[in-house]
Amino acid sequence: MSVVIEQPKSPRSRKAANWEKYGWMYMRASGAILLILIFGHLYVNLFVGQGIKGIDFAFVAGKWANPFWKVWDGLMLWLALIHGTNGMRTIANDYAERPMVRKVLNYTLWIVCAALIILGTLVITTFDPCIDPNASTYLPGVCAVK
Amino acid sequence: MPQKPAGTLYRGKVGMWSWVLHRITGVAIFFFLLVHVLDTALVRLDAAAYNGVIGTYKTTIIGLGELGLVAAILFHALNGVRIILIDFWRKGAKLQNVMFWIVVAIAAILFAGFAPVHLMHVFSEK
Ligand code: HEM
Repeated sequence: MSVVIEQPKSPRSRKAANWEKYGWMYMRASGAILLILIFGHLYVNLFVGQGIKGIDFAFVAGKWANPFWKVWDGLMLWLALIHGTNGMRTIANDYAERPMVRKVLNYTLWIVCAALIILGTLVITTFDPCIDPNASTYLPGVCAVK
Repeated sequence: MPQKPAGTLYRGKVGMWSWVLHRITGVAIFFFLLVHVLDTALVRLDAAAYNGVIGTYKTTIIGLGELGLVAAILFHALNGVRIILIDFWRKGAKLQNVMFWIVVAIAAILFAGFAPVHLMHVFSEK
């Protein structure tokens, strides 16, 4: 036995917050919301219309012209990355026995998670369909010819 | 002669295999998500580059892989609901076995609805 992991149901202590419990609750709360977000995402992007064949720059620009889909995709980004990273942390803690290996894995996971959340959030919030100099070829009638 | 370990309530049964599947599908979806955020980020930089990368998603091989991804997501999501019900519903733990088969059934039905449509898209012209 090298490392002791808090029990999700261990009694509340005055000293510190029980992070393992919050993680446990987060997995369930985010999972329930992700079910709706991801099923909706798959339905709209892969099932209706031309499915995978219909996806291109114009498709994304069309969706993100509506704030509804920006919020949808942004929520999905944050919830899924934190859910997946926390799940991977559980798995790393199960199999990596040496404290150092465990530490490196956990740090790596959360750094990657943070980097992708920042990247993805910037992409969604600063998206401009006409930023590409050739945008008028992809979005004729939407972007002016440069 | 080594003997088989005595059976337990958990080992080798639905409870164990659903956990194994939940873990494998969770890891698979996680790694796909890492790639997917990166490829989508191209949309902010270069329309042609984005169309090029998303073009690989339309190939036959990757198109078939998407079937596996959707199957994994269907199982993980529905089994996630089963886990939540085991934890929060009074009868959840008692009915975990039946609920596993309900999860498999619903996932199979949704997959049967999705797969032909997706294959039609993958094998269509354009
Ligand atoms: C679609 C809706 C989803 C639902 C309902 C859901 C539900 C759950 C639940 C209830 C757990 C168990 C947590 C625990 O035992 O404490 C879990 C674990 C996990 N999930 Fe999800 N999840 C969903 C989507 C995702 C996505 C998109 C990813 C990847 C980015 C993911 C990756 C994982 C991983 C890696 C684990 C850890 C598995 C383990 O510890 O064996 N899940 N999920």
